[in-house]
Amino acid sequence: MSVLTGGHSATEAARERTFGPLYSRNALAVVARGLMAAKSSTWLILVSGFFEPVLYLISMGVGLGPIVGTVAGPGGQEISYAAYIAPALLAVSAMNGAVYDSTWNVFFKMNFAKLYQGMLYTSLGPLDVAIGEIFLALLRGLLYATGFTAVMAVMGLITTPWAILVIPASVLIAFGFASFGMGITSFMKTFQQMDWINFFMLPMFLFSATFYPITVYPQYIQWLIQAMPLWHGVELLRQISIGSFSPATAVHIAYYLVMIALGIMLTTGRLRKLFLK
Amino acid sequence: MNPPAVITAENLTKSYGELTAVDGISFEVSAGESFGLLGPNGAGKSTTMKMIGGVSHRTSGKLSIMGLDPETHGPEVRAHLGVVPQQDNLDEELKVRENLIVYGRYFGLPLSYLRPKADELLEFAQLTDKAKSRVDALSGGMKRRLTIARSLINEPKILLLDEPTTGLDPQARHILWDRLFRLKEQGVTLILTTHYMDEAEQLCDRLIVVDKGRIMAEGSPASLIREYSTREVVELRFGSERNTTIGVELEGVGERVETLPDRVLIYADDGESALEQVSARRLRPLTSLVRRSSLEDVFLRLTGRSLVD
Repeated sequence: MSVLTGGHSATEAARERTFGPLYSRNALAVVARGLMAAKSSTWLILVSGFFEPVLYLISMGVGLGPIVGTVAGPGGQEISYAAYIAPALLAVSAMNGAVYDSTWNVFFKMNFAKLYQGMLYTSLGPLDVAIGEIFLALLRGLLYATGFTAVMAVMGLITTPWAILVIPASVLIAFGFASFGMGITSFMKTFQQMDWINFFMLPMFLFSATFYPITVYPQYIQWLIQAMPLWHGVELLRQISIGSFSPATAVHIAYYLVMIALGIMLTTGRLRKLFLK
Repeated sequence: MNPPAVITAENLTKSYGELTAVDGISFEVSAGESFGLLGPNGAGKSTTMKMIGGVSHRTSGKLSIMGLDPETHGPEVRAHLGVVPQQDNLDEELKVRENLIVYGRYFGLPLSYLRPKADELLEFAQLTDKAKSRVDALSGGMKRRLTIARSLINEPKILLLDEPTTGLDPQARHILWDRLFRLKEQGVTLILTTHYMDEAEQLCDRLIVVDKGRIMAEGSPASLIREYSTREVVELRFGSERNTTIGVELEGVGERVETLPDRVLIYADDGESALEQVSARRLRPLTSLVRRSSLEDVFLRLTGRSLVD
């Protein structure tokens, strides 16, 4: 029996593919690895991340909603408070899922499991790893968004067929956060530094016009909020959920497209610097 | 006629700021050869390995693997390589067999090839009954064998082994050596770093002795011993207080006397007769031992230091 004496057609074919120095068009292998690992481990975390925004929706929407009554939606029309905050919570859920996957999970794989070192000793390039890991974060974002949208439907918060588009829009939001999150995580060396991410995310969650209109703030605070990514996500989903579109919709989408492009550049550059020095 | 070189390094240099880890080393490795880098910790062996794998960029010099520059053709070069890193980096979230399959997919290999190949490699690594085990349940030796099996998934032309048996008990080391020897018999080019003399002697056709990033000597284990040492060595222990003073009194016995803190070494082609001369001088060592010269002696001669500190 010969274990090695090469010449096997499959290994020869795999070597004759075209490779770039950073990318070998094989991000799918990284995704397949993630799914195989998820099969045995992270179900509980997956489920907990889904329930968090649902609990907020029940508490604030059902509990606080009747006291608040109706509020003015994106087009000026009156909608219930629950219908007002539900798309915002969906945006938060997409953000949380993507950030969790692209920060804590990546931090662990980078510093403790040494997973990426192993991957980069194969014919994978850093861009394959970045795309694969970000795609996994998106998959989680898609799962959360689909589940949450179903909850919205059950609670009678969906009134237009346009609302189905909140699902792909959530994935766009997740994409923006995941591509950036992974790049930022690559700078982190200790658990204390990882806490800075939460320190940034919690205020963004509370103050990005999630629970009330941005107009309650003075002008300069509004500008600050509008510079943050979550506000664009909240507004985008809120508009889609009631089918009220405006030129601002395109701005929100463009914000995420730019965020995604910059995030992928940052992440790939960092992986290259960290592992191919 | 020599088979063509699969690895060519010319004046390979790697600096990290002020520190020069690899300082202008040159070597060639032919197809099917088993080539060793022998040296103490910090000699620049692992850095050289990383440059060959294209995961560390050289500061200067030339490097060619199968005719390709690993810096510009990283993924392509690595498609020909199998890598066993110094520390196991198995995927602990996956089962034993899954580790092989997933790793193969990183090379773009199809499942129809990987499934039978994984079973074949588990057999080779004597891990068939552990196929469905969790990785963290394996012993150190088993993890090492799995890492080697994993490195073979793409039928590499060149296998890079960085300190393959460090940290393993003697029995596990012998099992591993046996597996590596089989690979060598099958014509795989082995590149091996080690600070163990016996490992280098067992596995390497040819080796370079490196220290502080430079090549001190090059040759087969036997030729290095011939060149830098005598046939036999007498090891004498007089107790740590007296080794140094007695070392001086032994001058003239054998070809050369080397005094270490814990023992005195006499290099001689005939160890027994050197030992008789010691007795004739009325010196009574606590223990004495005549043995064949090893690469350890070569290293001591070249650097004035022992390999394992």
